[in-house]
Amino acid sequence: MATDFKIGKATRLAYGETLVELGKRNPNIIVLDADLSKSTMANRFQAAFPDRFFNIGIAEANMVSIAAGLAASGKIPFASSFATFLMSKGFDQMRQSVAYPGLNVKLCGSHSGISIGEDGPSQMGIEDVALACALPGFTVVVPADEIAMRQLLPQIAEHKGPVYIRTSRPKAAIIYDERTTITLGKAHIMRQGTDITIAAMGLMVAEALKAADLLQKEGVSARVVDFHTVKPIDQVMAEQCARETEAILVVEEHLLDGGLGSILARAVAKSFPVKMDFIGLEDYAESGTPDQLLDRYGLRARHIFLKANNLLGS
Amino acid sequence: MTELTHLKLIANTIRQDIVQMIAKAKSGHPGGSLSAVEMITALYFGGILKHDPQNTGWEDRDRFILSKGHAAPVLYAALAEAGYIEKKLLNSLRQLGSPLQGHPDKRKLSVLEASTGSLGQGISIGIGMALAAKMDRKPWQVFALIGDGESDEGQIWESAFFAGHHQLDNLNVILDFNGFQLDDSTKHILDLNPIKEKWLAAKWHVIEIDGHDMRAALYALNEAKVHRGSPSIIIAHTVKGKGISFMENNNKFHGSAPNEEELQQALAELQLQRTKLEKEN
Ligand SMILES: Cc1ncc(C[n+]2csc(CCOP(=O)(O)OP(=O)(O)O)c2C)c(N)n1
Repeated sequence: MATDFKIGKATRLAYGETLVELGKRNPNIIVLDADLSKSTMANRFQAAFPDRFFNIGIAEANMVSIAAGLAASGKIPFASSFATFLMSKGFDQMRQSVAYPGLNVKLCGSHSGISIGEDGPSQMGIEDVALACALPGFTVVVPADEIAMRQLLPQIAEHKGPVYIRTSRPKAAIIYDERTTITLGKAHIMRQGTDITIAAMGLMVAEALKAADLLQKEGVSARVVDFHTVKPIDQVMAEQCARETEAILVVEEHLLDGGLGSILARAVAKSFPVKMDFIGLEDYAESGTPDQLLDRYGLRARHIFLKANNLLGS
Repeated sequence: MTELTHLKLIANTIRQDIVQMIAKAKSGHPGGSLSAVEMITALYFGGILKHDPQNTGWEDRDRFILSKGHAAPVLYAALAEAGYIEKKLLNSLRQLGSPLQGHPDKRKLSVLEASTGSLGQGISIGIGMALAAKMDRKPWQVFALIGDGESDEGQIWESAFFAGHHQLDNLNVILDFNGFQLDDSTKHILDLNPIKEKWLAAKWHVIEIDGHDMRAALYALNEAKVHRGSPSIIIAHTVKGKGISFMENNNKFHGSAPNEEELQQALAELQLQRTKLEKEN
């Protein structure tokens, strides 16, 4: 099957490793973390460039404003923590110290979604994308695998302006080919199809590809698009998919309100409205293994398959 | 058996439960659970916390908030020992559908006073409760346990200043000062010292003890409870991973479970300590 993916590195590990590569090329890159560097993998950068790494302590708000000050002085700070602590505790600082002056601060939230597993709901970042997307001038990026991270992070470092990067805890299926060009701001068609578009981000792109296989067996041609850049949304791709397929199903490991689905729905509604449906979270989850949780909260290929069939049949 | 030995035996049982449930779950935070065992034991079983496992909704009960929620296993073990939950439930820690979530979750376990897991919020929640008790002229008190790493959070100091300013003497905090946080030692990441002076400056009654000395824990908790005119904090100097040789001051066990072999060694060490306690008696 086309979707017999090899399991690669977690996107958080690819983040830490790619940061080291970027650090070698650009002495202005500074990395900050809030006592979670072993988990966000920012400790890779610390090991390589101890003088350009600061562990701020468990003080996310302080970290975000420190990053703002560094950026205001010509540095390129990358500040990380768990997605939920970074976005929730650093939000006012992002608004006032980063978004409003439009500073060149890069923020990385790891342990997004429910696939973190046993630690449970208090540690799961499931409203982070909505919060980041609410901030004017922010670019919001969700790399789906290690290859996407390796390609997108250098572009993020080059980009002038605030960026939020979302990473995941579990090892991610490798869904890109090393030779593919992935461009910041441009959604990527992973698989062509004519009946329905499945739009996804992060770990859900692999699930969408598996669902497309299942649909194909039923004679349904599903297009799968990786909207790795959630903001600014690729308006051209949104319209193209709306025109070329009958319906759009959005899948995200995030709360339904304010995530990829909401943003894509706006893009579609204003260009070429088609039927849409949405798969995501409606409430806080719970402890369990990552696999159990993805099953239970409806984020599997079979759930996508069912919803796609319903959407086309409706 | 003396009261003190009785409490030490409970502490020993709680330690066994902690390592067992975390090993079974294959994930969790042993280090910061083990360091808090004596303080939690003295609080729950030394006659400090006014509570009734048979009447969980008792309005005049004292409230306890585990602000550093990742130490949930020590709380779950205490709740089981006190009879709030069945012992065998401890085996379900972190499993799908279990009331014993990775971090204390009041949605799933209603006897908890608060859901925690995002560090820094427990004292503030406690302030709200303490204010409510004062407004309603209720005699109950609030206890909260925080970590030294957790004390990096600005909110800890916002709550410290507020409670000191408002002389909330029905609020008592235990600081589990074990010298470590997640990435490294607290000294290395963000040195809190001088810690006593900081809380004194915030107008708190400060008691400093060896947090593994059960007698000192009892005295300190009692003193905190009867102290009037200001909130109290007990700075409990502790050892992360206390009681299990290879976990003590070994931050690898901040957030990882012992494997089967390590579990057996841990249980053997705890059994040895238990036998010694029983002999002394
Ligand atoms: C707001 C927030 N940031 C980060 C974390 C992740 N985290 C969990 S435990 C921990 C270290 C806590 O250190 P400390 O309070 O000293 O606890 P102990 O060493 O006693 O386990 C961190 C950073 C969190 N739970 N909440």
